[in-house]
Amino acid sequence: MFGSYLPILVHFVVVVVVAGAIMGLSAWVGVKRPSREKLSPYECGITPVGDARGRFSISFYLVGMLFILFDVEIAFLFPWAVVYRSLGWFGFIEMFLYIVILLAGYLYIWKKGALDWTR
Amino acid sequence: MEVLLLLILLPPLAGAVLNGIFGRRFPQAVVSAVACTAPGLSLFFALLTAWTFAHLPTEPAPYVHSYFTWIEAGAFRADFALYYDRLTLVMTVAVTLVSFLIHLYSRGYMEQEGGYYRFFAYLNLFLFMMLTLVTAANYPLMFVGWEGVGLCSYLLIGFYFPRKSASDAGKKAFIVTRIGDVGFTLGVVLLFWTFGSVDFQYVFTRLEALPPGDLQGSLTAVGILLFLGAVGKSAQLPLYVWLPDAMEGPTPVSALIHAATMVTAGVYMVARSHALYAHAPLALEIVAVTGCVTAFFAATIALAQNDLKRLLAYSTISQLGYMFVGCGVGLFSAGNFHLMTHAFFKSLLFLAAGSVMHALSGELDLRKMGGLRHQMRTTWLTFLVATLAISGVPGLSGFFSKDAILAGAREGPLGDPRLYWLATVTAGLTAFYMFRALFMAFHGASRVQPALEPHVHESGGKMTRPLLVLAFFSVVAGYVSLPKALGGGEWFHHYLQPVFASSQALLSSTAAPAAGHAPSRLAVMGTSVLFAGAGFLLAYLGYVKFTGLPSRLTECFRGTYQLLVNKYYVDEVYDWLIVRPLRRGSEIFLWRIVDAGAIDGLLVNGSAQATASAGNLLRRMQSGNLRSYATWVLLGAVLWLGYILLR
Amino acid sequence: MITVQADDLVRILPQAILAGFAILVMVFEPFLPAARKTLLGWFSLFGVVAAGAATIRTSFSPGLAFGNSISADRFSLFFICLFLLVAALTLLGSFHSLERENINHGEFYALLLMATVGMCFMAASTELIMIFLGLEISSLATYVLAGFKRQDALSNEASLKYFLLGSFATAFFLYGIAVVYGLTGTTNLLVLSAQLGRSGEFRPGAVFAWVALLLMFVGLAFKVSTVPFHVWTPDVYQGAPAPVTAFLSVGPKAAAFAVLLRIFLGAFASAGSGVFWVFWASAILTMCLGNLAALLQSNVKRLLAYSAIAHAGYVLVGIAAGRGEGTAPVLFYLTVYALMNVGAFLLVAHLAGTGERWTRIEDFTGLGYQRPAVAACLAAFMLSLAGFPTTAGFFAKFYIFRAAVHSGLIGLTIVAVLTSVVSVYYYFRLIVVMYMREGKAEAASASLPWALRVALAISVVGIFYLGLYPTDFLLLTNLAAVPLP
Repeated sequence: MFGSYLPILVHFVVVVVVAGAIMGLSAWVGVKRPSREKLSPYECGITPVGDARGRFSISFYLVGMLFILFDVEIAFLFPWAVVYRSLGWFGFIEMFLYIVILLAGYLYIWKKGALDWTR
Repeated sequence: MEVLLLLILLPPLAGAVLNGIFGRRFPQAVVSAVACTAPGLSLFFALLTAWTFAHLPTEPAPYVHSYFTWIEAGAFRADFALYYDRLTLVMTVAVTLVSFLIHLYSRGYMEQEGGYYRFFAYLNLFLFMMLTLVTAANYPLMFVGWEGVGLCSYLLIGFYFPRKSASDAGKKAFIVTRIGDVGFTLGVVLLFWTFGSVDFQYVFTRLEALPPGDLQGSLTAVGILLFLGAVGKSAQLPLYVWLPDAMEGPTPVSALIHAATMVTAGVYMVARSHALYAHAPLALEIVAVTGCVTAFFAATIALAQNDLKRLLAYSTISQLGYMFVGCGVGLFSAGNFHLMTHAFFKSLLFLAAGSVMHALSGELDLRKMGGLRHQMRTTWLTFLVATLAISGVPGLSGFFSKDAILAGAREGPLGDPRLYWLATVTAGLTAFYMFRALFMAFHGASRVQPALEPHVHESGGKMTRPLLVLAFFSVVAGYVSLPKALGGGEWFHHYLQPVFASSQALLSSTAAPAAGHAPSRLAVMGTSVLFAGAGFLLAYLGYVKFTGLPSRLTECFRGTYQLLVNKYYVDEVYDWLIVRPLRRGSEIFLWRIVDAGAIDGLLVNGSAQATASAGNLLRRMQSGNLRSYATWVLLGAVLWLGYILLR
Repeated sequence: MITVQADDLVRILPQAILAGFAILVMVFEPFLPAARKTLLGWFSLFGVVAAGAATIRTSFSPGLAFGNSISADRFSLFFICLFLLVAALTLLGSFHSLERENINHGEFYALLLMATVGMCFMAASTELIMIFLGLEISSLATYVLAGFKRQDALSNEASLKYFLLGSFATAFFLYGIAVVYGLTGTTNLLVLSAQLGRSGEFRPGAVFAWVALLLMFVGLAFKVSTVPFHVWTPDVYQGAPAPVTAFLSVGPKAAAFAVLLRIFLGAFASAGSGVFWVFWASAILTMCLGNLAALLQSNVKRLLAYSAIAHAGYVLVGIAAGRGEGTAPVLFYLTVYALMNVGAFLLVAHLAGTGERWTRIEDFTGLGYQRPAVAACLAAFMLSLAGFPTTAGFFAKFYIFRAAVHSGLIGLTIVAVLTSVVSVYYYFRLIVVMYMREGKAEAASASLPWALRVALAISVVGIFYLGLYPTDFLLLTNLAAVPLP
């Protein structure tokens, strides 16, 4: 019953082997002459200061999440746009309701002040 | 008629509701007026109903009226319906009469106690439940009354709840009788399975039409299960342990619930189900043997008790055993006759004991009484009457009813000489311990504590008047069924005959006739009087004439005496056999506790602790740690999947 | 080509109305001053009532909707009404205690409505994906609700635990759906049951079919908290604000039972004995553990949490009894359970006082003398939970046990009866404390707000009505139990 999945297995093995081989080869064959400059994260530009894991304002996460939310909303509009003609009025009304609901959410976060950076 | 029947039930309910809700704001006089009017009205209506019933054209056929459909689920149907026949008549009149008198008595007895209204509200509620029990027309409704009286008994035993022993006793009574109730419930379910109905009239009609020998297995099982309920409620072996402890309640409660009415519910139920037991002789034999052994066993314990109320409690257990003997040998009317006479003289004994307690500021130890006859003439006299009655002295009620049972044990359809002799010996023991109590309390030199001596007094009229009335009934109640041998007509026996006739005919036809030549009725009487006389004589010699004798005797038979004083160590044995191992096992192996703790452990109060420790282990599972929770979920999933895959 | 008829919309009218109100509550929320948020609560209650009215309209045009994925039949309408009742009771009981806890935000009401929408979809769907969506809608809303007391560490902990474990469990459910789809190429229960009906025995893919059923069972068992998937229950019930607990202990549980009924007694009814033993064993474990663990609790909310676990066990007995016998008693039981449990939790929420300080059993000492009416209510709930005759709890248990006996499950019934005897002890402990000990109950301070009074009155009257005249309602549940696919 698993016979039909064999090509996938073969594919999987080939991918692992090829990727492993490339990385292994470059590590083995390549010339390594490390120096202080080379080991720093950025070889040119501003000298790094402090920890890479800096603290961000909590608002950043909030806005970030909200952005993703509404971004995905837009992404849902694309498939509709493709078949827009065949769905006709039904599709239009459905999408309209969908956006109205999201608009209600937008109104809510706006009035709640989730978008105010300084609060 | 249907309105009258309801009117018997309703006054106590109304009284309970009134006193329960508004009682706190009423003055005592109003509370007691409300509380005593209720059973008075019930008694009045019970008598009126009896009169009306006697003039019905259908009499003596039972009168059944369904008021409304209570439960209906598929084939299962139970109505709120009442059932009235001659047995119900006897029960309602006896119950309302005794409880009316005890309500009157309680007015005086509870005067100084807190929670006056609460007491009367419970007492009225109890009466309502008891009447529901005896008038119910189907098993579920009977069960409502059955549980209701249990609840009231629990509340009243624990009436002095600040005292730990009282609340413990309440719990013990509740839990122990619950075991019996499980049997009762299963019995009813099995009955429904067998007949597709739980209605008395329907089931009994079917049973009467049933050819003997049919459905033997299920009917025997039903009989035994129902009897298990009766064993719990009527305090028979091995579930009797709660009744002595129940004496923690106020004395009128002991008199009403734990002597006259509730504990006899088991006897009533067996008698009510006579048609069923007639088809299950094996179950009947179990009833008789259990009753007889209990009667003997409890009587021996009573021999050595020094606490007056406990002594009476063991005496009650013993007398209840007699009633089961009566039912068990197939003479249901004899069992009920004794039930009625016992209700009078035993409640009289308790009330008199209450009067003594009242005079001695709650002292119950017989060793600290003595000589009370001079200060408390009425109490002494009534106690004497009751003692004579219970000992079976000819001419008093107890003689006739006990004699009917003894004769039944000999000649009844399922009679057996062994039952007869054991019961006769028990009669002797009864006379001994009752007279011992009488002599120790009222005769001889006073051993009352000096501090109490000046306060000893006769109780007020509120308390003594009911005593006198009960004493009157204790004497005359026996004459309703004067045996033929003494020129009487056995009127009571004949009156109940239509109720039990079919069952008795069936039993006599199926049971093998008793072996050997049965002695005549007079011989039975003579023997029992002889034994009672011996008991009396021993008590007289030991506690009046040669007062040093008992202590020397107990020295000689130290082991036996200790065994009796400690009630055969039954409580300890239960504790040792059931509670301890459970507790220990719970620490080792959880499953045994869940299984055995729920089934056997409930036998005793301590089972709560056993299950509690099982719960303790379970609580460890609840660590509060999220990862361990997730592990449990995963473990569960793997477990179920594993089961499915390896199935 | 998708076409939508007017009937399709009518058949989801109650859910649509609820969702609409939830959105409106969210929109109005920021515009209302803090002192007047309770208005939103009343508005939500109006929405619930409107949805209730809509169910009447829906009941006139029963049938399937949206490509056979929603079914407006008597079964689903019964559950929708039950959920609306629970939501209404919770709303009535929560106004005051939210104000007291200083968490009277409009979001509470919106989330409650959304959770109800999700539950309604769970009960009404005949399509596994749709059921999953309903499950997620209700779950997400309740995760937030459990942590609604944001300043309270216990509440936060409850929310997080519920969320993590809940996601874990729903993953099982989703995986089960995936396996079903892999085996049969459909996730529609009607199609599945038709396929099974033809083949008679449950055979496609043999082992994998069982795996699929089991995985779905695990996901739902988490929601109804059967042993050993109950571990989250005590912590979450104790930590969450009490009105939320009232809702949690009844709503999502009933919804998950609705799905269990639809899947295991409906579509896969012919699946045979394998699943039956899982229900059987789960029922025994759940009843034993719930009741025994409850014996030792000193916190009333925790005690009720374990009691809720135990009650799930009794419902499982009904499911184990099987299709012909068990469904109607289960519906009856869930309704009674909803009335008594919501009532008990709401009352405890009120008595616990500000910050829910007084939730130990001792805090109720002597309540019977100080607040007779309140104590009587609580006692009635306890009696009903214990299954005392004349209360609805008695008949609920009775019908379940009867169904089990009819199906020949004697052993299971005996365990159920015995454990319910054990349960009497801990329910009575509260009654004993209230009535039999003198003392000043800490929990007796504030008088009952009238909205709560209405909620309690509905529950108490319901309990006694169903306890004295169960017949009519039993007929109703019999009707509702018929249209399982």
